[in-house]
Amino acid sequence: MSNYRIHGATGDWEVVIGLEVHAQVTSKAKLFSGASTEFGAEPNAQVSLVDAAMPGMLPVPNAECVRQAVRTGMAIEAEINKWSRFDRKNYFYADLPQGYQISQLYHPIVGEGKLLIEADEKAGIPHDKIIGIERIHIEQDAGKLMHDQHPTMSYVDLNRVGVALMEIVSRPDMTSPAEAGAYVRKLRAILRYVGSCDGNMEEGSMRADVNVSVRKVGDPELGTRTETKNVNSVRFVMAAIEHEARRQVDVLEDGGTIVQETRLFDPGTGTTRSMRSKEDAHDYRYFPDPDLLPLELDDQFLADCRASLPELPDAKRKRYIEELGLSEYNARELTADVEVFARFETLLAATARGIGKPENEVATQVANWSLSVAPGVMKALGDEANPAHATAEAQAAILDMQAKGEISGGQAKEIYEIVLKTGRDPAEVADTEGLKQQSDSGAIEAAVDAVLAANADKVEQYRGGKEALFGFFVGQTMKAMQGKANPGVVNSVLKAKLG
Amino acid sequence: MSVTREQVAKIAALARINVDEHELDRMVPEFNNLLAWVEQLGDVDTSSVEPMTAVIEQKLRLRADVVDADPLTGGGRRDAILANAPAAEHGFFGVPKVIE
Repeated sequence: MSNYRIHGATGDWEVVIGLEVHAQVTSKAKLFSGASTEFGAEPNAQVSLVDAAMPGMLPVPNAECVRQAVRTGMAIEAEINKWSRFDRKNYFYADLPQGYQISQLYHPIVGEGKLLIEADEKAGIPHDKIIGIERIHIEQDAGKLMHDQHPTMSYVDLNRVGVALMEIVSRPDMTSPAEAGAYVRKLRAILRYVGSCDGNMEEGSMRADVNVSVRKVGDPELGTRTETKNVNSVRFVMAAIEHEARRQVDVLEDGGTIVQETRLFDPGTGTTRSMRSKEDAHDYRYFPDPDLLPLELDDQFLADCRASLPELPDAKRKRYIEELGLSEYNARELTADVEVFARFETLLAATARGIGKPENEVATQVANWSLSVAPGVMKALGDEANPAHATAEAQAAILDMQAKGEISGGQAKEIYEIVLKTGRDPAEVADTEGLKQQSDSGAIEAAVDAVLAANADKVEQYRGGKEALFGFFVGQTMKAMQGKANPGVVNSVLKAKLG
Repeated sequence: MSVTREQVAKIAALARINVDEHELDRMVPEFNNLLAWVEQLGDVDTSSVEPMTAVIEQKLRLRADVVDADPLTGGGRRDAILANAPAAEHGFFGVPKVIE
């Protein structure tokens, strides 16, 4: 259970959250027509006669959209319904020329599934938690209206009409804004791993309807919920919940009642406001779409879908911890998104190959480099860095030199800085810029001998039990060698000499 | 099953069909006659009959994910799409301002 509470005048309240996420299915053509789904086209350039609902046009489902919905369902370990059906959801609005949206109310393609959100103390999620997913169905997107282009008219662009969406409906299993945020992030990661949605929230490829209700702590009854529509970022989902829960508590404590209604989130103010007043608007008069036969999937189709699934976030995270020996934190950060793990795995393979060791022996070094060192250097350089120079080969070469003790951690950073700015070869940079550490024990021994000879009194004290002086000798030796001595070698030489 | 006068008026409003009082008087019993007639089907025992979804035995066809494979069901025909629009402007449909 989360500890999230809303403190009211009459006591503490808890919040119950369910999310309906609309994810645009990655496909070239629309759900029921051959028009393109590409983002950013001229208005109405990607509208077919089917999308415009011209008389006599009939919908024919796009097999790829069906396949992606099934793969997504499998990725959340859901039941796949081999028999599903399309229904019409009827309403009149200028963004929907058919007068109805083709959706799946009664028999969705994907049934009960689940998703794991990981414990994150800092975010206020004390334990791993399973969030139930009730269903995924496929449906058509609507068009876009622009209200600010003309004094008396709204402009309608139907390019999005008929683009395939998956509606992913969670159970009301979340009890804090942090859990809802973690759920959306995890769902987005899964969609992107699977490749069924690009997860681009800015372009509207993913948006959430947020269902919120509140109740007194310990009350078994659910309160009346409101639904805040089309929230398009993780941060806004969390802000909408925080605001809406507070608002509901205030209304209830003032003796009011919560009306089940649709609300809009205003990102500018972080508040929600009522959207539809007429309850009639919810009367969608669903019925089976007579233009479409039931959607039946055979075993071969399902087997092909399953075989095409990649390693998913939870499995990958487990493998990183158990087989690569990474810390839980590193494993979680590295598996959070496709680009991150792809970069890591490429660099890991190149580094292991270069050093000639198995991946698990270099994984932690590569993980720390990928998560903290490399991004740190990149960030510090800002515009001076050319991301094109951040190749796996160059980074692997640096990690290789570091693993062999040829360069120190600090030198690795300096070399990477120069590589990012100029694209020069790391080994060449290390040679020409003098960014190498001395591992030759002969030279180090000579330096150590000189230091010990010059500080005979301190050697006496050290041998007399003042062991803290060891650091002083290391410092002096490093200084004598302009900081280029391999600290490991310095340590062992000093230990041997001081006996 | 039967419908009330209020239900008929509501369905008409949802479907954006203007039905006046006089027409309502006529339609309500008409609807109820139709519903009662169809309801006779409820007398048949269908417990062992598979629901029929099509008169001809056939399966739902799917299309391949190819853009504009068939020009008749593809995009790129804005002029045709907008040809009947009462107010097409700058490539958009212009409609009376609708803000919820």
